Amino acid sequence: MSTIEGSFWSHDYGLRAWLTTRDHKRIAILYALGITFYFFLGGAAATLIRLNLVEPTGALLSAENYNKAFTFHGVVMVWFFLIPSIPTTLGNFLLPLMIGARDVAFPRLNLASWYLYMLGGLFAVAALLAGGVDTGWTFYTPFSTMFSNTNVYLVVIGVFVTGFSSILTGVNFIVTIHTLRMPRLTWFRLPLFVWCMYAVSLVMVLATPVLAMTLALIALERLAHLGIFDPALGGDPLLFQHLFWFYSHPAVYIMILPAMGVVSEIIPCFVRRRIFGYRFMVYSILAITVIGFMVWGHHMFVAGQSMYASLLFSILSFVVAVPSAIKVFNWTATLRKGDISFEAPMLYALGFIGLFMLGGLTGLMLAAPALDIPLTDTYFVVAHFHYVMVGGSVMAYLGGIHYWWPKITGKLYSEGWARAAAILMFFGFNLTFFPQYILGYEGMPRRYHAYLPHFQVLNVLSSAGASILALAYLLPVAYLLWSLRAGRAAGNNPWQARGLEWQTTSPPPQENFLSAPTVGEAYAYDEAAP
Amino acid sequence: MTAATDAACAPDADVHEQYDDATQQREAATLGMWVFLSTEILFFGVLFASYTILRILYPQGFAAASRHTDMLLGTIETAVLLTSSSLIALAVRAVRLDQNRVAAWLLAATATLGLSFLVMHGFEYYKEYTEHLIPAIDFMQPGPHSHAIELFFCLYYCITGFHSLHVAIGVVVISALAVRVCRGAYGAHRYTYPELTALYWHLVDIVWVFVYPLLYLVDRSG
Amino acid sequence: MSDFTWLLTQASSLAPEVDALFWFMVVLCGTVALGVICAIVYFSIRYRRGSDADRSGEPAQSLPVELTWTLIPGVLFTGVFIWSLFLFVKMHTPPADSQTIYIVAKQWMWKAQHPGGQREINTLHVPLGVPIRLTMTSQDVIHSFYVPAFRVKQDVLPGRYTQLWFMATKLGHYELFCAEYCGLDHSRMGGQIVVLRPSAFAQWLEGHAGPATLAAQGAALYRAHGCSGCHGANASIHAPDLNGLYGRPVHLANGTQVIADDRYIRDSILLPDQHVVAGYQALMPSFAGQLSEEDLLAIIAYLKARSESSHEHD
Repeated sequence: MSTIEGSFWSHDYGLRAWLTTRDHKRIAILYALGITFYFFLGGAAATLIRLNLVEPTGALLSAENYNKAFTFHGVVMVWFFLIPSIPTTLGNFLLPLMIGARDVAFPRLNLASWYLYMLGGLFAVAALLAGGVDTGWTFYTPFSTMFSNTNVYLVVIGVFVTGFSSILTGVNFIVTIHTLRMPRLTWFRLPLFVWCMYAVSLVMVLATPVLAMTLALIALERLAHLGIFDPALGGDPLLFQHLFWFYSHPAVYIMILPAMGVVSEIIPCFVRRRIFGYRFMVYSILAITVIGFMVWGHHMFVAGQSMYASLLFSILSFVVAVPSAIKVFNWTATLRKGDISFEAPMLYALGFIGLFMLGGLTGLMLAAPALDIPLTDTYFVVAHFHYVMVGGSVMAYLGGIHYWWPKITGKLYSEGWARAAAILMFFGFNLTFFPQYILGYEGMPRRYHAYLPHFQVLNVLSSAGASILALAYLLPVAYLLWSLRAGRAAGNNPWQARGLEWQTTSPPPQENFLSAPTVGEAYAYDEAAP
Repeated sequence: MTAATDAACAPDADVHEQYDDATQQREAATLGMWVFLSTEILFFGVLFASYTILRILYPQGFAAASRHTDMLLGTIETAVLLTSSSLIALAVRAVRLDQNRVAAWLLAATATLGLSFLVMHGFEYYKEYTEHLIPAIDFMQPGPHSHAIELFFCLYYCITGFHSLHVAIGVVVISALAVRVCRGAYGAHRYTYPELTALYWHLVDIVWVFVYPLLYLVDRSG
Repeated sequence: MSDFTWLLTQASSLAPEVDALFWFMVVLCGTVALGVICAIVYFSIRYRRGSDADRSGEPAQSLPVELTWTLIPGVLFTGVFIWSLFLFVKMHTPPADSQTIYIVAKQWMWKAQHPGGQREINTLHVPLGVPIRLTMTSQDVIHSFYVPAFRVKQDVLPGRYTQLWFMATKLGHYELFCAEYCGLDHSRMGGQIVVLRPSAFAQWLEGHAGPATLAAQGAALYRAHGCSGCHGANASIHAPDLNGLYGRPVHLANGTQVIADDRYIRDSILLPDQHVVAGYQALMPSFAGQLSEEDLLAIIAYLKARSESSHEHD
């Protein structure tokens, strides 16, 4: 019977032991604490935004504070929650377990990444405490360099430092996957979650430095009026946008690929079937990674880039949608002839498919420049990326947390509460963000502190949905914490899942495996258990 | 560098617990270094991309500006860096042949050349200061291309400054390495860390091979 | 002010075309989404744990199936792309007979200048059924000119001109928004487009005529800043002749050739050394800081008018 005793939790006690740990599992827990904190911090900003938009004239905040609220919401959610969320928590915890390794390749570096992440986060919080920032998370020049008189430096430094955390995590994962797999664990036997971690690490390593350098130039530009991005000094503001989106579009895949990985683990387990089209799933992950680097210009259809550039970026954006479609079809096909049960993780995964699909399909509309012209920078875009990032990534993240919670903690949470939260979240989410599609089509621009009265009905609906969503996000905190105290012992493999991580005890011992796990095909749910 | 130090600081004899054996540990450290270097290339990539775009916007201004750079010093700096890169390659070979004293001297020479590169850059910067070429501190250029020259020098300082930062880190790391090699910390079976340091230094060198023509040579004749 | 309607008003010639593509995409995407959701629900019920459905002999992969759902979306996407391509090119290309109106954006207002010298702020009067081209620039940060009822939007950048065109097809007042975040009062940087019958528009123009047309204002600036001293016919200094310049190709000293459009003229005034004309020396001083965005547009309108009259004389 599994207990906390003898696991990584009890290996060494005390704050000092935790803050100097090199155990990937403990580092994952440290990350989880930070990420949860930032999620609710960003959520608080979202609450202010939705409260304010109940009234057309702005019910709560001044224009200045509203601008600071959406900037803070964007910065915190993108860089301090979404980008690190799955890779640094579930990824850190599971990657070595899934490939049968004792740890990641560079454990000290892993801990250093966490400290960088926390340090970057401190800068962001310091910026908030010092009065906030009003540039939007996109830092468009020349507003961010010459016009905003808020704490741009602090936020830019925070994101810069956190960028290094991303890069080092990426380096670590790539090397771990290449060198520390168990002998018989070939590339095409890897769980799709590991493939996604690999892809995401490549994006982190190759895209993040571009952001870091660009932000450094922003800071220098503010400090010394360099003029590289400032038209008044002969520079080019579109150059900034190109560099920014060269990172920030692949960053969307940093957020969604891990989510796809999580869902690809959950579905086969609760369907008791191999994932349909494993190889095509792998190829589509790689296709998304590569093509994802070539579509950034679709953020700039109305920005003033050349028409021919827009057309090129448009067709590439259609191309990158194909592998995403393949994935949705394969998940659906996996359900066929399965033996499906609907525990909470499965509900989150199914919710993910629906919401991600809606986000993806509306993304397709935005990939057509003729439609992007009226729709971009309206609430249509806001709804689109929230469907992908919140409906997609956050649902998958919570699905993953529920799926591996018994492995991580050795405890079972209340299944009833977990299912209720998943369902509540799904409906709250749709009520919040579906009206925003209509608002965008009707022409309400984003980042508006006040709006015309005829947009009010839909805004009130959205805010009502947001209050349900907020409640749904608080529920898991309560019942998951409760499970730590009073949950039943989970056993080593409560879902009868097949990954290597389920072959060790729950929670795993400090050295991960007491005896070497048996390596077989990935998702061998149709074979007898090892 | 941390990626490399993590696995490679320890002599290969003692293998960290996450690795099966010394070979695996070595492979991991080397791969980590290569991945890290690919990141570095993209850091510089942003600066080169900005340079390219602005050069297309202001071809004549950039040509005029590049004539303000010191080609003689730039050329000597290039020679110095290239020489240092070959010396560190020889140093790694010496470590693998267990010739620790030779290796230490070669490393010391590498670090010295790196340092002299920095000193020469300091002279360049000082000269440019006296010629009022440093944007935001003292920039005053008469003539029609003043604007473009200022932009050129913005990028010039960003690129050479960021590169010099890499050289400075390299000098410190290589000096420390020289001391440890002298004390016999490495040898025929433990050479991962010297090898990775050399890889890093080669990257610093290669980046300069692109910086030199872009900033000092292009359009000089025009 | 228009009240809320579920279908957004179509008030420009582009609007029905954009809507056709939009609703086609809504139906297409809706069908796909509905299909997948139905499949998920059907499988979930039929293959729920404990049901007695047949589960035998299903392969976990199938190349034909994979290729089917790779290629069908591929073909559909290509079709949509081609449709969107033609429409996008059309949205990007103002008809030759468009009338130009100049827009200068600043934090947080829209300033419009008609060729006849009429100026307005946060309102733009346009005639019904006439293609209008807006040449736009910003005095400070990036803004975006957005008229939902016309389905048009274009970022307005400092330091360069962007353009946008539309042809209003319905009388009335339509919202104008700034769609690119531009600071404190971004949400208040709006206004109205007023579409009038051509006769009423002519009346409006007459009633709001300023002291001089835009070209005449430009001519005054041209003299006041001494441009004619060098570019005039009897000037002692050797400077390019500006008659008939607008819209003509110009050979530059570096061997390239550019069309003398709004942007070229603007750059030549502010950054004269950037485009030195072949056969001339870089003597012209920069006028950066001496001319406002409105002044520059007036001078451009003047040079354009001169070119038009010289073409007529040809």
